[in-house]
Amino acid sequence: MTTYLITGVSVVGGEPTDLLIRDGVVAEAGRGLAADGATVVDATGLVALPGLVDLHTHLREPGREDAETVESGSRAAALGGYTAVCAMANTSPVADTAGVVEQVWRLGREAGLVDVQPIGAVTVGLAGERLAELGAMADSAAGVRIFSDDGHCVSDPRLMRRALEYVKAFDGVIAQHAEEPRLTEGAQMHEGEVSTRLGLTGWPAVAEEAIIARDVLLAEHVGSRLHVCHVSTAGSVEVLRQAKTRGVRVTAEVTPHHLLLTDAKAESYDPVFKVNPPLRTAADIAALREALAEGVIDVIATDHAPHAVEDKECEWAYARPGMLGLETALSIALDVFGPRWDLIAERMSRTPARIAGLAGHGLDPAPGVPANLTLVDPAARRVIEPAELASRSRNTPYARMTLPGRIVATFLRGEPTVLDGKAVK
Amino acid sequence: MIRHLLSGADLDAGTATLVLDTAAEMATVAGREVKKLPALRGRTVVNLFYEDSTRTRISFEAAAKRLSADVINFSAKGSSVAKGESLKDTALTLQAMGADAVVVRHPASGAPHRLAEWVDGSVVNAGDGTHEHPTQALLDAYTMRSRLGRLDGLHVAIVGDVLHSRVARSNVLLLSTLGAKVTLVGPPTLIPVDIAAALAPGTDVCYDLDAVLPDVDVVMMLRVQRERMGDSYFPSAREYARRYGLDGPRMRRLPGHALVMHPGPMNRGMEITPEVADSPRSTIVEQVANGVSVRMAVLYLLLGGNNR
Repeated sequence: MTTYLITGVSVVGGEPTDLLIRDGVVAEAGRGLAADGATVVDATGLVALPGLVDLHTHLREPGREDAETVESGSRAAALGGYTAVCAMANTSPVADTAGVVEQVWRLGREAGLVDVQPIGAVTVGLAGERLAELGAMADSAAGVRIFSDDGHCVSDPRLMRRALEYVKAFDGVIAQHAEEPRLTEGAQMHEGEVSTRLGLTGWPAVAEEAIIARDVLLAEHVGSRLHVCHVSTAGSVEVLRQAKTRGVRVTAEVTPHHLLLTDAKAESYDPVFKVNPPLRTAADIAALREALAEGVIDVIATDHAPHAVEDKECEWAYARPGMLGLETALSIALDVFGPRWDLIAERMSRTPARIAGLAGHGLDPAPGVPANLTLVDPAARRVIEPAELASRSRNTPYARMTLPGRIVATFLRGEPTVLDGKAVK
Repeated sequence: MIRHLLSGADLDAGTATLVLDTAAEMATVAGREVKKLPALRGRTVVNLFYEDSTRTRISFEAAAKRLSADVINFSAKGSSVAKGESLKDTALTLQAMGADAVVVRHPASGAPHRLAEWVDGSVVNAGDGTHEHPTQALLDAYTMRSRLGRLDGLHVAIVGDVLHSRVARSNVLLLSTLGAKVTLVGPPTLIPVDIAAALAPGTDVCYDLDAVLPDVDVVMMLRVQRERMGDSYFPSAREYARRYGLDGPRMRRLPGHALVMHPGPMNRGMEITPEVADSPRSTIVEQVANGVSVRMAVLYLLLGGNNR
């Protein structure tokens, strides 16, 4: 194993220091370190963060390898500063058995660019009718702890209650895609002024808020952990705030795009801006930003959702929802919050690692800690070019935008996955 | 002149008035023995219809032919579209065939906007999903102006399923641009949210048809699909007709000069009774005739008029 000496780096915004990385861990930290034979990485002006952890990634394999593979998605993640991603279950076949989650987990190990932690489906085939074998997935080599039907809401209240209760046996958590399906039939975008003008069927905020309100009550009733995926409305923030005040064991995530983009983007009818839940209003964005800063929302998660060209280069109503996120998430966080490094580390690494139960991730670089970290150049600005992304897909909503920050290097257990801004493999 | 006609919002007052004035000239052609002008000779107009709409298609076809354009009718049924060809590939095909204008009817809102990005020719929106139908609004405005002599200051009630109506959206935009006041009437379930902010600030909403009738110059009835009952927008066709249908007694509450309009096809007995539809106030057949003149004007101005 190569030894790396990272010099002059600001650890989570602190005073410049050196980090010696040896045998997969941070061996030493301090000024003026020296090590014979070490590869020196001059990190003057760079910030070291604990490797980012994404609670919500769609890797598309198995089933849609034309849109993304575990390997290409892992590369995109590493380039975005991630050292671990949680792979959503809505593949084809669905990750609802120990066999499929182990396959994804093994593909992640083979790619070796980030730790790929599979999420298991809550219900068989995401059909929302009966529980998948949650225990078998938990006991598998993949060690699944997060279960989600993401893309679909577990809308049946009895099934949701049972799922929340059942996973207590192995400290699992249900990650809910909060969308009351009867309120969103045919929905294409946020219900409001813009949907009225564009003649696109509205996705009302209350369809999300009603499910979150129900689920926090269910979680409270059975004493279970609930995680809410991609919170998108100001009303949801209020429901979560009240639940947390009461002590409900609920955590929540927000996506970068819901922190930055509004429903006005739909005016172009370009489905690159079609996503589920949909882009909301400026008032929602303001509430989400505040909630994230306060901790009412715990985590930024990408909901990285690659789609093939033909699934986006079409009529809005026929396009699949979702947008790329892994390679731009940190830049959006910097754009929105500025260099609040402790907040960024908390929301993009420490807390998601804790929610996912990923030991060795989410720890600030310090002696004895596994060397899962990323180096960010906060002064850099870059123009997002879809063709230059490592993802197999091109559906970034930030095309040709200039965004702050660039990932210079990422280390996974002491080995670089990204150096000089390029993936090492 | 604008390059595409995708929305009522594409037309400012000057341009809209130019279209209506041009349509009045075109209408004189219909009275001639030879109903044809050479204006678009050698130009190709494609009617690209992804929805069955015989009346709109033949209206555009007649308009293009009266201007001597070559017309290609491209219906989604029985074509490569039915075999799953994408809108973009179809657009590239039309582009390669040298279409000067594409008239598109599509069930998906915004499809004409997408098409306009992929073809060099002009795109005319002939109705997209629940979004807009700007030539219908133009022919409605033309009809009102012909009958009442003006648009500025008119009060128009648009009644019925505004939520799903592309006719309503285009009419609100165009009528507001031309100085008319619009009141939208229907059950609250069928009035879209934030409609005034979305389309035109002066637009009013009223849930009581009887309250607005004495005060309007035009009442425009929208088609209401019986299927909406299944989605609980209203309890029954009978209740809908009782609260929002235009029948004889209601018609007699209108001012003496007021018009009754309907974009067709009508559900007689649902939103309008035969007595009203066939009354002298009704402009329904006239609207069809005016449709050809207005579409001639649109094609002429998009394709030919600006070159002279």
